[in-house]
Amino acid sequence: MRLSDFVQHLINAFSLGGIYALIAIGYTMVYGILRLINFAHGDIFTYGIYFAFYGVTLFMFPWWLSFITAIFFTAFLGALIERIAYRPLRNAPRISALITAIGVSFFLQNFATVVFGGRAKSFNPQTGMYPVYFLKILKLGDVRIRLVTLITLSIVAVSLLVLVWIVYKSKVGMAMRAISKDIPTTRLMGVNADRIISYTFMIGSSLAAIGGILWAMTYPQVYPYTGMVPGLKAFISAVVGGIGSIPGAMLGGFILGVSEIMIVALFPSIAGYRDAIAYVILIFVLLVRPTGILGVEVSEKV
Amino acid sequence: MRRFFLVVLMVSAALMFAAEVTEVRIGAGWEMTGPIAGFGQMSWDGVKLAMKLRPTVNIGGKDVPVKVILLDNKGDKAEAANVARRLIDMEKVVAILGPCTSSCALAAGAIAEQKQVPLVTNTATNPLVTQNRRFIFRACFVDTLQGELLAKFAWEEFKSRKVAIFVDVAQDYVVGLANYFKRAFAKFGGKFFEVYYNTGDQDFSAQLTYALAQNPDTIFLPGYYAEIALICKQARELGFTGNFLAGDGADAPELIQIGGKFVEGLCYTTYFHQDADLSPKTKPFVEAYVKEYNRRPDAFGALAFDAYNLVLDAIERAQSLDPVAIRDALAATKDFAGVAGMISFPPDSGDPVKPAVIIEIKGGKPELKTVVRP
Repeated sequence: MRLSDFVQHLINAFSLGGIYALIAIGYTMVYGILRLINFAHGDIFTYGIYFAFYGVTLFMFPWWLSFITAIFFTAFLGALIERIAYRPLRNAPRISALITAIGVSFFLQNFATVVFGGRAKSFNPQTGMYPVYFLKILKLGDVRIRLVTLITLSIVAVSLLVLVWIVYKSKVGMAMRAISKDIPTTRLMGVNADRIISYTFMIGSSLAAIGGILWAMTYPQVYPYTGMVPGLKAFISAVVGGIGSIPGAMLGGFILGVSEIMIVALFPSIAGYRDAIAYVILIFVLLVRPTGILGVEVSEKV
Repeated sequence: MRRFFLVVLMVSAALMFAAEVTEVRIGAGWEMTGPIAGFGQMSWDGVKLAMKLRPTVNIGGKDVPVKVILLDNKGDKAEAANVARRLIDMEKVVAILGPCTSSCALAAGAIAEQKQVPLVTNTATNPLVTQNRRFIFRACFVDTLQGELLAKFAWEEFKSRKVAIFVDVAQDYVVGLANYFKRAFAKFGGKFFEVYYNTGDQDFSAQLTYALAQNPDTIFLPGYYAEIALICKQARELGFTGNFLAGDGADAPELIQIGGKFVEGLCYTTYFHQDADLSPKTKPFVEAYVKEYNRRPDAFGALAFDAYNLVLDAIERAQSLDPVAIRDALAATKDFAGVAGMISFPPDSGDPVKPAVIIEIKGGKPELKTVVRP
């Protein structure tokens, strides 16, 4: 392999890993606070793209306005799902909430099929979705970098900083951390736990929407099952990095992106089975370090 | 007295017969949702138009209304088999239309063959779909022929000498077409190598970086439109300047919608183009289609239209609603004028020999390049 090819593979890996990381952060936040694996996260991601798509095509918004409204609507959708599907099960066994999450995911997929249709919609600058210069390619010798990749990486970095600030420095963040330890006691301290949980879902869902829009810019289509594979990969990233840990989710996303690309690059004959690689990594991490790379062991109180 | 009984018997027999054929139930199983939903929906549009133009079938001098029961197989092999089973066991259909992809048609065909109900696929081109099967027919050509035509086109028109072939390991159609292409292209003396992916993959940057390092002049994409559009986009972004060539799996409006300017210049084989003169029925069909849907007809709809009429034609010739009799009439089809060319089934085969059209994406539109006759 030439050096330029190797660098190109690395850049491809960071481009993919960046989006995995962004979705994984939303996944891990909800888990960190509620101990709920929100399997509908990948479908919320799909809806983020649909909202951006219809903002431009149906409401004739300029692209930036439709992106912002899409993020807001997706945040609202996340909070709505929490209110309808998860809040009534707050005190139920954890398995009920997990099964509900899978149900919500199926509902969202089929609802999208009925309302938006099963055919893929294109997410292209030709249809006014975003300006053409987002597709710009930067050339460094033989190596090519998409502008979208640089945007993705900077958004990942900024979201990470903002989130760490929210969780560790702000009042809401303090409440979030308290809820993650013990909801009833937090309530006794005068914290409105339901509202904080809604905030968590809103933040997680808006990250999914941002990830979705960036994903659709790189892979310019949206159909009801768009979010399934990225959602699954983000879940694996979150577990690999240590579910509940925000920097861990980011690390997991990049690990997954790099290993997928590098394995395809080094062993092209097994490229058709790259999804299996994600599962192999997941199984390996669960066997060697069940809490994930940056996860902390939580001892249950008896 | 005896005469009276005879009359009663005859009247009741006639009544029974009439009660039996109040409608003709035909099943349809297509890829209505999922990653290749475009194919199923285009096919269904073709059948809807065909039903409108020919809503009844003449049995025993009586026009019996036709009812088509549509089920969605989601582009999934297991689901396609379930759909075929449900159509036959629960909906009691006498024949099945679709699916349009080879993997699904193989799965659905296994059930139809076992239950002895004829199945006519509009666009499943893999040879295995009809091989050693008595009840499975198709309205399209076969991939052995398509592979040869593509290899010839690549060698002569594109002057290709080194081809990168992107193979979707999950689709029988793709693996098959890649093989027939390789066989024919090797005969010309061309060089090629394969790269693999899986249906639904969206990121091809690793495969492309690997492929482009070997400097191919053409990328051959025997897959389906969604992945083709993404591969073309990512290949151009990585600096590929050569040709793109594809099979009939490329033929959906989504190819251009998703691929945009990146699929410009892509050439692919398919069964039908509204400007190609394939049969005396082509022109009236194009006019009816444009009037109905206000857009130009596509190959999937045209062949689904043909599949529907093939089955109705067979029912009329069989004068029966017995699936086995319909199968025999289908197998005896000679010079049936379909909108995408004449259809005759050779003895012991469900594969018609038909011309192919080659289309080039020009100015964001699929333009007819040439018609190739076998």
